[in-house]
Amino acid sequence: MTHLATLTGMNGDQAMREMGKNLAVPEFERTAFTRPPALRHATVAIVTSAALHCANDERFSPADTGYRIVPADARDLVMGHWSPNFDHTGFQMDIDVVFPIDRLEELQADGVIGRVAPRHFSFAGNQPDDVSTIRLDSGPRAAAELKRDGVDVVILTPV
Amino acid sequence: MSVLAHVMEEAGLATIVLASMRPVVEKMKPPRALYCEFPLGRPLGIPNDAAFQHRVLAEAFALLDAPSGPVIADFSDVVESDEQPLACALPPRFDPNLPACVDEARGLRKAYERALANRGRTDLGRVLSADQVPEALAALHRIASGEDWKTVEIPGKNTIAVMHDVRAYYEEACLELADGPEPGGRAMEAWFFEQTEAGRTSLAARQAIKDGGAPFPFWFYMAPGHR
Repeated sequence: MTHLATLTGMNGDQAMREMGKNLAVPEFERTAFTRPPALRHATVAIVTSAALHCANDERFSPADTGYRIVPADARDLVMGHWSPNFDHTGFQMDIDVVFPIDRLEELQADGVIGRVAPRHFSFAGNQPDDVSTIRLDSGPRAAAELKRDGVDVVILTPV
Repeated sequence: MSVLAHVMEEAGLATIVLASMRPVVEKMKPPRALYCEFPLGRPLGIPNDAAFQHRVLAEAFALLDAPSGPVIADFSDVVESDEQPLACALPPRFDPNLPACVDEARGLRKAYERALANRGRTDLGRVLSADQVPEALAALHRIASGEDWKTVEIPGKNTIAVMHDVRAYYEEACLELADGPEPGGRAMEAWFFEQTEAGRTSLAARQAIKDGGAPFPFWFYMAPGHR
């Protein structure tokens, strides 16, 4: 937070993107690359870091490294993210602007994608700096659940 | 998001990140990223615009045709954040014996209830009920007025969660009250902090808590960083 003073005079998104330039991020030695089946045959899931959860599900704690499962038919979604540094109103007006589930269903109906996955996954974007749990535990577990559901393609939506 | 992209791709899934910060994906090199310069918090760009959202998804899915990665593409349009206060009439002063922010919050209750009934969901409820929103603001008002933050009991206790709930209550009520075009990115945030008594009181309390020596996270995350 050493450059907080430089944020003064910027608008909110400018300030956050400026911070993003200097954000310390984990590095990966290689980038895995998977070739999916043709999109019209592919099963597609959403994974978001908006800390979405069903209204009756366990809330995200401030340092939550786990995930919540969002069934494809759930629409009673709450945004449990702990950061005040992004707009929440878009989601309040339209969940698809964060979690494009209705758009995917339209693409399925039109035959553009093969199938909408039965379950989608939500993490909290505000992770501890070393992201070790999400990298070594909760992330691989969610990936295994997605594979079990026959998912081929994942669209990742941050906030 | 890019960490999860690496992890999931390694597990045999094909991933596409709708990236909101280009330098981050340049450094982290997820397999496929579509950089979308949209208001933060709106990764599909524009609420209630299905055609626009479909364009975003189409450009994202087009990255699946790339023979190798990592690949970063830029979405064809930019959507800028608004950041100007939304026009939304606030309730008139009703009980002059109450702090203005408490009176204001009480006056918004019916609009909040209408919002809840119409939408069937609410982001309020981390630590506060709707009944407790005026109580929380009363506590923040006492701190802003000079009482020691360590001795004032704030309903809900966790200041970050309290502020999320207060803002959810106000912003969901405002969506019911405001006419005109849908608010752009951060327009509601600007309205809350610049035009409501609750917003002004919250910022004053935050400053008082900071000046009173509270730990950084206790006060800083009560409002966006640039405020």
